[in-house]
Amino acid sequence: MVLYLAKIIFVVSLIVVIFPSLSLVFAQTSQDKLVVNVNEGTYKPLPIAIPDFRSVGSEAKGYAVNISKVISDDLQRSGLFSPIDKRAFLSIPNSVKERPNFVNWKPLNAQALVIGETKILPNNALGIEFVLYDVFAEQVMIRYQLSISSSKAWRRLAHTAADQIYKRITGESGYFDTRVVYISERGPTKKRKKRLSIMDQDGHNHKYLTDGNSLVLTPRFSPIRDEITYLAYFDEQKPPRVYLLNIENSDQVTLGTFPGMTFAPRFSPDGRKVIMSMAERGNTDIYVMDLLTLNQKQLTTHPAIDTSPSYSPDCSKIVFESDRGGSQQLYVMSSTGKNQRRISFKRGGRYGTPVWSPRGDLIAFTKFYKGSFHIGVMKSDGSGERLLTKGFIVEGPTWAPNGRVLMFYRQQRQNEKGEGSNPRLYSIDLTGHNEREIITPEDASDPAWSRLTSDIDPEKIKKICSD
Amino acid sequence: MRLNLPLVVAAAFVLAACTTASEDAAKSVSGGEKVASSSSKTTVSSASTTKSSEKPLSAGPKPGSQLDLEINVGDRVLFDYDKSTLSSDSRTTIGRWAEWLMTYPANKIIIEGHADERGTREYNLALGERRANAAREYLISLGVNPNRAKTISFGKERPAIPGSNENAYAQNRRAVAVLSKD
Repeated sequence: MVLYLAKIIFVVSLIVVIFPSLSLVFAQTSQDKLVVNVNEGTYKPLPIAIPDFRSVGSEAKGYAVNISKVISDDLQRSGLFSPIDKRAFLSIPNSVKERPNFVNWKPLNAQALVIGETKILPNNALGIEFVLYDVFAEQVMIRYQLSISSSKAWRRLAHTAADQIYKRITGESGYFDTRVVYISERGPTKKRKKRLSIMDQDGHNHKYLTDGNSLVLTPRFSPIRDEITYLAYFDEQKPPRVYLLNIENSDQVTLGTFPGMTFAPRFSPDGRKVIMSMAERGNTDIYVMDLLTLNQKQLTTHPAIDTSPSYSPDCSKIVFESDRGGSQQLYVMSSTGKNQRRISFKRGGRYGTPVWSPRGDLIAFTKFYKGSFHIGVMKSDGSGERLLTKGFIVEGPTWAPNGRVLMFYRQQRQNEKGEGSNPRLYSIDLTGHNEREIITPEDASDPAWSRLTSDIDPEKIKKICSD
Repeated sequence: MRLNLPLVVAAAFVLAACTTASEDAAKSVSGGEKVASSSSKTTVSSASTTKSSEKPLSAGPKPGSQLDLEINVGDRVLFDYDKSTLSSDSRTTIGRWAEWLMTYPANKIIIEGHADERGTREYNLALGERRANAAREYLISLGVNPNRAKTISFGKERPAIPGSNENAYAQNRRAVAVLSKD
């Protein structure tokens, strides 16, 4: 960790997002950096003091305490921050307008201090103002005002504040104001009931999107609207299909007119296309479908299994898995299907479910090697492989929008009665440390992480994939 | 899965003797599976007809039914790990599917392809399709009309046997013929 001192600059900008609308005012920010290096393998979390927010007026009191708690929990789960126990505090801060007495925070070794307040705004909107201080430099690092149009969505205010604190200190964008779609599971192994489900990244605001009467698998989040593509068996005597579901109004369409089973869908980085696999007569190939023109294009023609495609963030390339060389391995091709070449070679094993990082630098994958499953990452040319975690089954990595954290599911060995598999969701950062379970109401698998909710907007993410 | 035939017959007699016995009771006697519940119904009727013809030992599933396929024909073939090659045993079984389909020309089947849990979900869907297709291709090569056999893959979603062990895995890497409802 490095401390830089520099002058304070003033930036003002406004972010408007989908309902409930959240607005963010950059009132003040300094260019100096209390820096957390997120690349270091063994890292000591930054001690940060986050006293309860003050309530301006009594109506905001409940929100005030809850918001500072959610901020603290977000930062703690990232593994990069260590919120200091509130019982150790020597003073209760005054208004955000007043400069805190740093003498009271230095003995706690608090490197950073967050002071904030909450108030109810007209029309049941909710606002917060908070300041992040560098305690030892006695400097304001950032000061923000945030508001959200419905107080019911108060958690988004907290997550957005946590994102700004994370960003200011690590230099990376945050990932707390995000959601996860995944599959809830229950019931006996031979007839598992699976439901499409959605929740905030911390497990709150949980909702089931399907009733469990049909088998559903592998949901993915659209980068541009509240839409999911997933696989469902609505008739167990007919091949499953890929569907597109709008989670705001529940509109649903079948994607494409394919003769065989369609599966392994994934959105293009601009959200305008869905890439998927189609299996027919023992052969699985990769297809892309334009969601506007509904044009379908075949990208691979090899008689082997070609599946689990994922675009690079600039849409120029696609990584996928194929068993054309005799076992499941990773391949990269251009987005038109040209120049197919294998990238996974290291020390044997089978590789599947490649997912290109939103930063473009890495590809996450599932590896089956010496009887265990692993989640790992490699550079997009196949070099620099690192295995982050292993287990009886660990599978299906999905990237946080900042490309620093992965979520996946972990499943245990089951006994002869089918008990004990307990599939659950976990997140892990790129260092391979800080693996944490995400608590879900039932068993859980197949997670897919959204972009930052405020970025999910067709106006913000322009078309980047060519026709 | 093969049902214990004498047990099914015995269950049929119990039910024939006690006409108010519920379907649930039949289920629990004959093994508790969905297929078993429909099977117990069919055995009830065949048992009562054989009773009048006084040949109870030849009682069995209704000819041409799903249970007939399971018990008398053999509804499934098994595969090696990550393979979709048919063994000679499998070819024999599929040969019996072909004969059965010739015997019951109105019947159509769905061939379900399945995988064990030691593969990624999406790859296993593709592998299941490949296995179902291998069985179907061989069936068609025996002269069965391609329209009478469709395929579906369940990947690792519908294991036949629970448990993370080699025996369960061997039973779960399978293609299963199911009577089509169409």
